[in-house]
Amino acid sequence: MTTEKVKQLKIIKIILFPQVSSTDYPGAWAGYDDAWDMQKFIKKFFINVVSLTDTDIEFDMVGLDCSLANAFRRILLSEVPTMAIDKVKIYNNTSIIQDEVFAHRLGLIPIKADPRMFEYRSEDNEEGTPEDTLVFELKVKCTMNKNATEHATDPDELFINHKVTTRDMKWIPKGNQQELFKDSICPVQDDILIAKLRPGQEIDIEMHCVKGLGQDHAKFSPVATASYRLMPVIELTRPYLGEEAEQLAACFAPGVILVEEIKGQKTALVVNPRADTCSREVMRHAHLKDGVKLSQERYHFIFSVESTGALPPEALVCEAINVLMSKCRLFIREIKENQKDKAEGQELK
Amino acid sequence: TPQVSDASHDDETCATFVLHGEDHTLGNSLRHMIMKNPDVEFCGYSVPHPSETKINLRIQTKGPSAMSVLEKGLNDLKKVSKHVLDTFQVGSL
Repeated sequence: MTTEKVKQLKIIKIILFPQVSSTDYPGAWAGYDDAWDMQKFIKKFFINVVSLTDTDIEFDMVGLDCSLANAFRRILLSEVPTMAIDKVKIYNNTSIIQDEVFAHRLGLIPIKADPRMFEYRSEDNEEGTPEDTLVFELKVKCTMNKNATEHATDPDELFINHKVTTRDMKWIPKGNQQELFKDSICPVQDDILIAKLRPGQEIDIEMHCVKGLGQDHAKFSPVATASYRLMPVIELTRPYLGEEAEQLAACFAPGVILVEEIKGQKTALVVNPRADTCSREVMRHAHLKDGVKLSQERYHFIFSVESTGALPPEALVCEAINVLMSKCRLFIREIKENQKDKAEGQELK
Repeated sequence: TPQVSDASHDDETCATFVLHGEDHTLGNSLRHMIMKNPDVEFCGYSVPHPSETKINLRIQTKGPSAMSVLEKGLNDLKKVSKHVLDTFQVGSL
């Protein structure tokens, strides 16, 4: 491969509408072997986990096409299952929040339960079984606080139980769920405010939590965000010295450009292009933009995934890749069955 | 339920497959893997209507049957995913 083609394929020039999709297919570039080669792919491909916490992960995925990176991202958003409240039985609700609004709010509460331990509940199944349903109960009644001081105005002091939070949700184990999950099933956060009450108002609700997909309802999405960006590339084609160096550094996110004293002169150096936001601010300054080339690496994806808390973020990424694999397996099986049917059909003739 | 169906046709080198229950997620990645196959003359997909969860995947080959090319594409995509999964599991431990 000539360096020209390598550059053309690996780098995306930043213009108003960047051309992201690749063109390196067999037959598109005369004289180049662009056919799929697993060994070549394995050689180039790597993943580097940059940071990992209980809820967030950032990692670099380098050496694969954007169509695959995008597939993983899309699956994370809408095809990795989680458990969420789906059926709500309202026995009593005298609060000012309407039943349907209440039910919707409950649905959006992230539940700490491993969806891999559950089955999908079928449409016609009204009551559910221990294998596909988690039951929660919410029974709260607000009363006056008789011990409040005489001139109190703070509702926290005046009333008892006037804030209904996820802490009040009680998990009711069914069947063998108690042995299976111990006491691990609960909302992810225990301080989400669900409703506010005043003395005399009460809530009595039973909730059914089922397994579902984000493509059915966003409440089933396992991520708060899942996105990727391409690695920025910043090239300086001429030296930026003195005052200009400072001005150039100010055009980029902090830490991208370092101004260093070299041979007694302030000189701009690109030290951390990853931190750049790709704002293109430098293009607004006529005297600076002539020596700056802004681009992005085509095959370097910086993924960031933020879990809602049901599963750790690294498990979500694994699950997403598994989903894509099972899609492939499913259709391979379909093709095999199709061919078998065809063969049998010909025998009959 | 997803299924593969194709137009009944005498010429096996070209076919349009309807993948039920799929969207751009599988459509675009599978198209990429199939286009990487040197035996493939053309491959493209479309979502005929946004509220119907199905895609049309068109394959025209230079010789082998479109079905076998589709199968190879699915196999390649599965292998890539497997490698990505293994690499990720090593990296995130």
